[in-house]
Amino acid sequence: MNFEFSDDVTTMREEVNRFLTKQLPAGAVRQQIETGAKLDHALWAKIAEMGWLGVAIPEAFGGAGLGYEALCMIAEEMGRALPSVPFSSTIYLAAQAILAFGSTKQKEKYLPVLADGSLVGTFALAEGPGDPSSEAVRARVQSGKLSGTKLPVFDGGVADFAIVVAHPESGALGLYIVDLSGPGVMRRTVEGLDLGRTAAAITFDEAPAEALPLAKGWSPVAGLLDRAAILFAFEQVGGAQAALAMALHYAMERFAFGRPIAALQAIKHRLADIYTLTELARSNAYFGAWALDADAPELPAAAAAARLSANEAFFEAAKENIQIHGGMGFTWDSDCHLFYRRAKQLAGNIGSARYWRNRLLDELTEQSEKAKVA
Amino acid sequence: MDFSDTPEEADFRAEARAFLTANAALRTDTSHAYRSRAFSEEDVRLSKAWQAKKAQAGFAGFHWPKKYGGREGSQMQAIIFAQEEDKFSVPPGIFNQGVGMALPTIMSCGTQAQAERYARPALFGEEVWCQLFSEPAAGSDLAGLRTKAEQRGDEWVVNGQKVWTSNAHFSQFAMLVARSNPDVPKHQGLTFFILDMATPGIEVRRIKQISGTSNFCEVFLSDVRIPDANRLGAVGDGWKVAMTMLANERFTVAQAEGPDIEDILRLAQQVLLDGAPAIRDSAVREKLANWYCQAQGLKYTRLRMQTALSRGKTPGPEASIGKLVSATKLQEIAAFGIDLLGQAGAVMDPQLAPYNAWFQHALLYAPGKRIAGGTDEVLRNIIAERVLKMPGEMRADKGLPFNKIPTSLR
Repeated sequence: MNFEFSDDVTTMREEVNRFLTKQLPAGAVRQQIETGAKLDHALWAKIAEMGWLGVAIPEAFGGAGLGYEALCMIAEEMGRALPSVPFSSTIYLAAQAILAFGSTKQKEKYLPVLADGSLVGTFALAEGPGDPSSEAVRARVQSGKLSGTKLPVFDGGVADFAIVVAHPESGALGLYIVDLSGPGVMRRTVEGLDLGRTAAAITFDEAPAEALPLAKGWSPVAGLLDRAAILFAFEQVGGAQAALAMALHYAMERFAFGRPIAALQAIKHRLADIYTLTELARSNAYFGAWALDADAPELPAAAAAARLSANEAFFEAAKENIQIHGGMGFTWDSDCHLFYRRAKQLAGNIGSARYWRNRLLDELTEQSEKAKVA
Repeated sequence: MDFSDTPEEADFRAEARAFLTANAALRTDTSHAYRSRAFSEEDVRLSKAWQAKKAQAGFAGFHWPKKYGGREGSQMQAIIFAQEEDKFSVPPGIFNQGVGMALPTIMSCGTQAQAERYARPALFGEEVWCQLFSEPAAGSDLAGLRTKAEQRGDEWVVNGQKVWTSNAHFSQFAMLVARSNPDVPKHQGLTFFILDMATPGIEVRRIKQISGTSNFCEVFLSDVRIPDANRLGAVGDGWKVAMTMLANERFTVAQAEGPDIEDILRLAQQVLLDGAPAIRDSAVREKLANWYCQAQGLKYTRLRMQTALSRGKTPGPEASIGKLVSATKLQEIAAFGIDLLGQAGAVMDPQLAPYNAWFQHALLYAPGKRIAGGTDEVLRNIIAERVLKMPGEMRADKGLPFNKIPTSLR
């Protein structure tokens, strides 16, 4: 038995970590926000050059074909460093959708340019408040033309194309590739809770849309979200770990009543609990990584468990990080709020905890029904 | 990542499975509740026989030297055997204290003669051990223990009281920590002994717990004489020896046993709330999802630790999260299982309450799981201090001779 990342992935992690630490000193994100820069093209190009975008894209389509363990590890490091890049939208969602449901021709057209960083993709599902569901999708495709409004579309302001969830004129729900610079697309960047991850409202008015032929019905969408949930869980675990480290560092430095506040049991127990939540989340994410790599039948339950525990760990860590920093943590110049904002953005970006609890319980109920029949 | 056994592990698993199949029956659904009751004389007899059978077949003392009847195998083999044994209905384990804790400590801190005398009889199920550590005034602050050991010639005279001792009423030997010098700071004045439980002056009384059962004892020691040859480690080194032993305990302390997520899930499918299965209720779903994440998280945390172990690393204090999370989860699941039954939740008749009143029994033993083997609070301190490297507590008794430490406000 081996329930650890492979040695190759572990070695690669050091490189990823070194790169991110060097390229993204603490607070780099805030600077980007303050200057109003949309996409750090130079950083994106470097990330592409490092080969991270194509890590899980098969070699036949211009990727490195290293599998999902490597991508999970990169996601964790990204979560730690909080770079403001459309990595998750492009890779976990757009590339995954094309890989899973696209035709060979579509894969040949899109995957190599996603892997080399020349195209940014995103995923457009939500249409205002509410959890993901087929019923909540009002966008329609008629004769290859998409109409409807999507909000929020994360990284929608910087993406070149989107994979859009919409109902066709007849038959099952589908996924469509839409060129965001093409006709019939109006997009507006909206103020986001997470300053490092922009969101857009996109209105489609008979925009040309090309179906992914293998996506028919809700289940492919749910499956895509499952797979993304595992990758996001790694980002959340990385974020939780970073927020915990930050809180710990501050608690050791900050003296009150003649000793570091880290010596106070109220602080120790809080951080012990956050460590515990983070380790449980990490273990669930690891099982998710295994399920993703093995494309195992356990994947839906593993994804939901990874997602739910990572949600909890990251938000707790980010929230208590501010508390432990006291007044300092409440200032714009502290990095605390960057984690706090990111934690909440990630907790809802592909459905709320409620969606994932239902996904988990439906899956567990189905498993026990099957066990009864067998 | 790969969940499958290595070829050697798979061979060993098959070997273990064959032994178990030949000697025990597979566990059934009705075997729960069994674990929480006190051990009968018959249980002890069966346990000893089972331990003997395992030792003779080479399925005990996995990492012990061969000269003491061990296998000179690996920690992974112990884990694999435990995983397989757990699927079978076997007598309760009463050898953790001896085989899992006392003997490894004797082998590393004791003399050759001591190891030779005690190893085999413990491994082969002939001698049961217990642990005389906690006292009425020394629980989490174990080093504050007061049982006195005075040296007289080549023997020691011990007086005091120990408490929360599992299995004391049928143990042949005990590991005893006592205060040999009250004039020095508390950690420095302790000495560790091997105590023959048949020595005159030992009185064992069963403690009746909140559940009405008795899993623990209190042990009174009045002028108990221990030969100096039964001292383990140097005079004044008792704390060091005790810490060696508690490090061994980490390998043996499993997570709190009892109704878990699959049991409460099943109950929620069976019980109706407002005419529909309880599992359709969103408040119920929220709780079930949370316990599922915890249970899975613990399961895979264990696998991560086993991976570390199989790579020759020693799991450290991070293992503390297992008991911390599982004991609280157990108490919550027990309480919620009872809630789901509404008024009938208060019925504890095993004929009437689901799963032989397992949830009700668990409610009554769960509080003990949050205390025994390190309270929730101590475990959080361990995580904070040893994993996160946060500073230790301010200690009001630091550096004070033991007999100058305040013990009350008066």
